[in-house]
Amino acid sequence: MARVELESVSKSFADTTVLSGINLDIADGEFLTLVGPSGCGKSTLIRIIAGLEPQTSGQIRINGEPVDHLRPHERRVAMVFQSYALYPHMSVFANMALPLTMQRLSLWERVPLLRLFSARRRRVMPEIRREVQSVAAQLQIEPLLNRRPAQLSGGQRQRVALGRAMVRHPNAFLMDEPLSNLDAKLRVHMRSELTELHQRLKTTFIYVTHDQVEAMTMSDRVAMMDAGRILQLGTPAELYARPSNLKVAQFIGSPAINVLPVRIGDGGMVELPGSPAMIHTSLPPGSAASIGLRPEALHLLPSGSPRDGAVLNARLRRIENLGAECMLHFDLLALPGHGVIVRAASIKGLSVGEEVVLGYDIASIHLFDAKGERAEVLPISAHPAQREAATP
Amino acid sequence: MPCLQRAITRVLIHGVLMAGAAFMLLPFVWMLATSIKPPEEVFSATLRLLPTRFFGAENYSFALTQAPLLRFAINGVIVCLGILVVQLLVAIPCAYALAKLRFPGRNLLFVLVLLALAIPVQVPALPLYIALAEMELLNTYLSLMLPFLFSAFAVFLLRQFFKSYPDDIIQAARLDGMGEMEIVWRIVAPSAWPAIAAFSVFSVVAHWNDLYWPLIVITDGGMATPPLGMMLFADAETGSNYGALMAAATMLTAPLVVIFLFARRWFIAGVTMTGVK
Repeated sequence: MARVELESVSKSFADTTVLSGINLDIADGEFLTLVGPSGCGKSTLIRIIAGLEPQTSGQIRINGEPVDHLRPHERRVAMVFQSYALYPHMSVFANMALPLTMQRLSLWERVPLLRLFSARRRRVMPEIRREVQSVAAQLQIEPLLNRRPAQLSGGQRQRVALGRAMVRHPNAFLMDEPLSNLDAKLRVHMRSELTELHQRLKTTFIYVTHDQVEAMTMSDRVAMMDAGRILQLGTPAELYARPSNLKVAQFIGSPAINVLPVRIGDGGMVELPGSPAMIHTSLPPGSAASIGLRPEALHLLPSGSPRDGAVLNARLRRIENLGAECMLHFDLLALPGHGVIVRAASIKGLSVGEEVVLGYDIASIHLFDAKGERAEVLPISAHPAQREAATP
Repeated sequence: MPCLQRAITRVLIHGVLMAGAAFMLLPFVWMLATSIKPPEEVFSATLRLLPTRFFGAENYSFALTQAPLLRFAINGVIVCLGILVVQLLVAIPCAYALAKLRFPGRNLLFVLVLLALAIPVQVPALPLYIALAEMELLNTYLSLMLPFLFSAFAVFLLRQFFKSYPDDIIQAARLDGMGEMEIVWRIVAPSAWPAIAAFSVFSVVAHWNDLYWPLIVITDGGMATPPLGMMLFADAETGSNYGALMAAATMLTAPLVVIFLFARRWFIAGVTMTGVK
């Protein structure tokens, strides 16, 4: 168990910068997820923490102690790889026992033939066997101990890789997209199993994924990365409810957030597309900006209801029925070429091609400036009189 | 009719391949046939594959009793194994370093390996001979092995193989506490069996059959390797007894055929580089 701290860690290869000034303080027992599109540097970062790659600058501390000079195994962290990285020519037992034999036996006690003469090996091996078996029992892979990795299914290999990490009782588990090679059903299952494992072991987990669902469902905190930087660090709920950046907003949440372009008018007034309602912001007038609306923030207005709030006129293009809910894809009449997705409980007798009015609450608007940074929304009434009053 | 067309194509392809195979096998078959022929039939004007009179027992017993065939074979085994073991001990770590470790000068070293591939043993033969003579090592096993102990070809072949070995597994081994040497021998090398087998076949065949170098450094018949021994045997004992000579040749070639048959599967996998996922 350990607290892991990163202080302005940077990494560059020749003239390309992969990571720039990463600061992270991961609490003991925390489940922290590094999430981001491929190429954002998350895998490099976890390899730097493991000691498999040196950082160009910055410091890594585990339990307050700098570990930059330590070799990978001396950092006492365990890693689970996307490809599982099991030793193909060894049995499952040998795979799982290897970290322990490396820790507890000297070199000559590991050399083939020579090791047969070691009395200490004969004493230590049964201990190792017991420990491997108890971990195998926890993961329900005991019957597989004599098999080779090639004889196992993806899910079984995944468990063996986990087991190999667990036997060492590491300071922290580093997981590099461990579920990416599994099929969808197994991935969902392993997700909850990993979460339970984390709750049981109470060890620090640092988890890398490009799958926002994994990040949202498993983590205590999520660090969303892009282009070698952390865009936002916070709980899954914070990232979803208050994304600090357009990229975060677009990455987190499925289906993705609806993004519509807007222009900032005089006095920071933002005219919402096709709607009489307005919001107020401190962004400079004349600059481009965009608003984000979550699919569940939009709802169909019954015909005849008042339309002076925030509304969008839209034509239904496609229906995705997921059973419990459906995703309605609309084309916007006010913004040709733009569409929105609405999460609805049912189809409500709609048919494709129908024109409807979508309503949303101004409080649910996420406003982003031209660079994609979050900007504050100051709501004002849709009423012309009040609008006048609010304008300086 | 596409079906007929395909059949004809297949017959044609196999016909060409079989003709090639027959052409390559012919000397070998002729050696076997000659080894069971009596002397008068070896030179008979009519071309016959099988002898009218079976003379195999006489030829083989003559070869076995008159020439120290066992001695030649043992010399061959010692030299070939000695060369192979040292070649692998040196080449496997070298190939691993060139394939998987990052260090300054790596590319330069690899270019040097490629250059070394281009130099035949005939080029440094004279300096090597003089050096061995100065060290009074002529007529020893060491003199037979020394020029071949460090094989650029092995480094090259294994490097290509190790290149495709998954980095994740090597990194997992580092996290588990293995040093680089242990990774080489316990993790990477066991997966390289096809490549190692392929190289072993190349190496053993080349040095078992080598006549050039033994001819230079060996004058003592007791140290002769199979081809050199055959030559000495042909000169001294048999004169024109080609039946016996071919019997000796058959017995000295047999071990290679047996080795190849055993290693064939790995050999093919190693040569085609498909043995590793």
